[in-house]
Amino acid sequence: MGRFFVQRLGVAVLVAITVSIIGFALLRVSGDLAADLAGEDATPAEIAEIAALYGLDRPLHEQYLTWAADALGGDLGQSLFTNEPVMDLILERVGVTILLSVYSLVLALGIAIPLGVLAAIRANTSIDRAALGVAVFGQAIPNFWFGLILIYLFGVLLRWLPISGSSSFAHFILPTVALGTAVMPALMRLTRTGMLEVLEADFIRTARAKGLRPGAVFFKHALRNAVLPVVSLSAVSLGFLLGGSVIVETVFALNGIGLLAYESILRSDFPVVQSILVFVSLAYIVLTLASDLINARLDPRIRLG
Amino acid sequence: MTSERDTILRVRDLSVDIPVPSGTLHAVRNVDLSAIRGRTLAIVGESGCGKTMTALAVMRLLPGRARLRAREIGLEGTDLRSLSDKAFSAIRGNRMAMIFQDPMTSLNPVYPIGDQLEEIHIRHRGSGRREARERAEYLLARVGIVNPGTRLRQFPHQLSGGLRQRIMIAMALMCDPALIVADEPTTALDVTVQAQVLHLLKDLQAEFDMALILITHDLGIVARIADRIAVMYAGRIVETGSSRQIFAAPTHPYTQGLIDCIPYPGKTERRTALGSIPGIVPSLVGDAPGCMFRNRCAMAEERCRDGGNVERSVEDGHSYRCVHPVERLRGTMVPS
Repeated sequence: MGRFFVQRLGVAVLVAITVSIIGFALLRVSGDLAADLAGEDATPAEIAEIAALYGLDRPLHEQYLTWAADALGGDLGQSLFTNEPVMDLILERVGVTILLSVYSLVLALGIAIPLGVLAAIRANTSIDRAALGVAVFGQAIPNFWFGLILIYLFGVLLRWLPISGSSSFAHFILPTVALGTAVMPALMRLTRTGMLEVLEADFIRTARAKGLRPGAVFFKHALRNAVLPVVSLSAVSLGFLLGGSVIVETVFALNGIGLLAYESILRSDFPVVQSILVFVSLAYIVLTLASDLINARLDPRIRLG
Repeated sequence: MTSERDTILRVRDLSVDIPVPSGTLHAVRNVDLSAIRGRTLAIVGESGCGKTMTALAVMRLLPGRARLRAREIGLEGTDLRSLSDKAFSAIRGNRMAMIFQDPMTSLNPVYPIGDQLEEIHIRHRGSGRREARERAEYLLARVGIVNPGTRLRQFPHQLSGGLRQRIMIAMALMCDPALIVADEPTTALDVTVQAQVLHLLKDLQAEFDMALILITHDLGIVARIADRIAVMYAGRIVETGSSRQIFAAPTHPYTQGLIDCIPYPGKTERRTALGSIPGIVPSLVGDAPGCMFRNRCAMAEERCRDGGNVERSVEDGHSYRCVHPVERLRGTMVPS
């Protein structure tokens, strides 16, 4: 287990460095940042001045090393728009996004796993087809539109829940449903497929031959084998939620990191965009590492080789 | 003669049908068998003859599509047919247990061996973890595993095939069953390990005073172990008798063919071709009157088309299904 962890950690660090370089470079080649900042009517002299001010005239590797050294020291620069430290901007917003993402994933898994198991146990029955219907619904419906419908139903018509802001748990319910519905189907179908495969395995027949109760056969013996890919997909889904809930954050006016990224891109506030890019990448890396560790915990063949 | 009390399992007129796109596949037809305390019944036949299906039917582990019919399936006086699935699962793994062919895939890869043994005792005996562990450790030692305490903490992928099959055997013994059904328990093992595992089964049978049903395609390993033999072909038992009767006086042409396939070290002449049975097993789909073996049988004639399934008796306890009289069968088929 120790060696496994060190290996994975090493890989994670290498990936983090690579991603930060690529992200940095991509942002620089996406356009002339200095020209964007200077505005439409700027003269070449003004653009050059701005480039010099932000160090954009220096060689790319020098810019990167300076930025990376500062970033490691906790200094992500300042927003060009508000002049606040980028670190503060992100920390202020990240809580909302993390809460929303975690709630959404928990909701999605809470539905996906029992429904997937049930669909597999009752494969090709009306229960299975109903589960498939739910999955297709969740996959097909655009989540911003679903969010609007939720707002209309529960916020406007029924007046049960608040529709915007992030000041209480109740505020998170509707956006959580909107996002959870989007990530649930893939998790459910992966659970179902995995269970169907595992239920055919010889060791399931052994478990039945031992006279174990159906609950023990399905949940203890089958699910733990079927759930490994679901863990990996959950990590990816959480990464997606952390970085990709821009539209739902906008619909529900949740002041999260997605909204910040969206605004910053429109304002060419590249230090903020750069930092969010790195933050989301790091989140993916940490989540992948976590899913590897959970899978190793679940499957001794991974941790013991 | 064995008394009623010693008959652990009695099966009468067991049939298993499986619906397939082209009709109904008759995997098992009208099988009768009984397993006696302390004795071994071997069910012998080639792949697809229905021997595994027979075992799975007794254990109620048939695939979902399969349909079972039987006039009687009685275990220790209980009519298993009348039990609910729930009541049945309380007997399975408890009064009767099964050992499967492939020990590499029959253990759950994600749980330690100990957990997989202990859960049986906990389920059926309501025992605590510690008591179950003691039982598991005792049985691992008993099936010839050194350092049982260490082994219990290991995972299946860390153990060899032979070890895993010993663990499967220990698993079957956890609740001291009256009947063990072993489906090709040595087929997936190295030849050197096969004999050890068979001897172990035989020893344990005596020690635990169990009935053993041994399912195999290898008539060679049966000779030393079985008390009674049932030879299956295309879903039917075509010949049954004591081990001595079957080997001394094989009567059905198929049984004789199987015996000719066994090499005898020291007896079989060098460089002689071993016997083989030409042809392939017929399709089991649809009704098939007459003897199913007739397409591969050297003695087949017109009346095999509709006769041949009637059971005839050679002597007490030895019967066969063939239209030919015993004298003719013996005279023609047995090599000098």
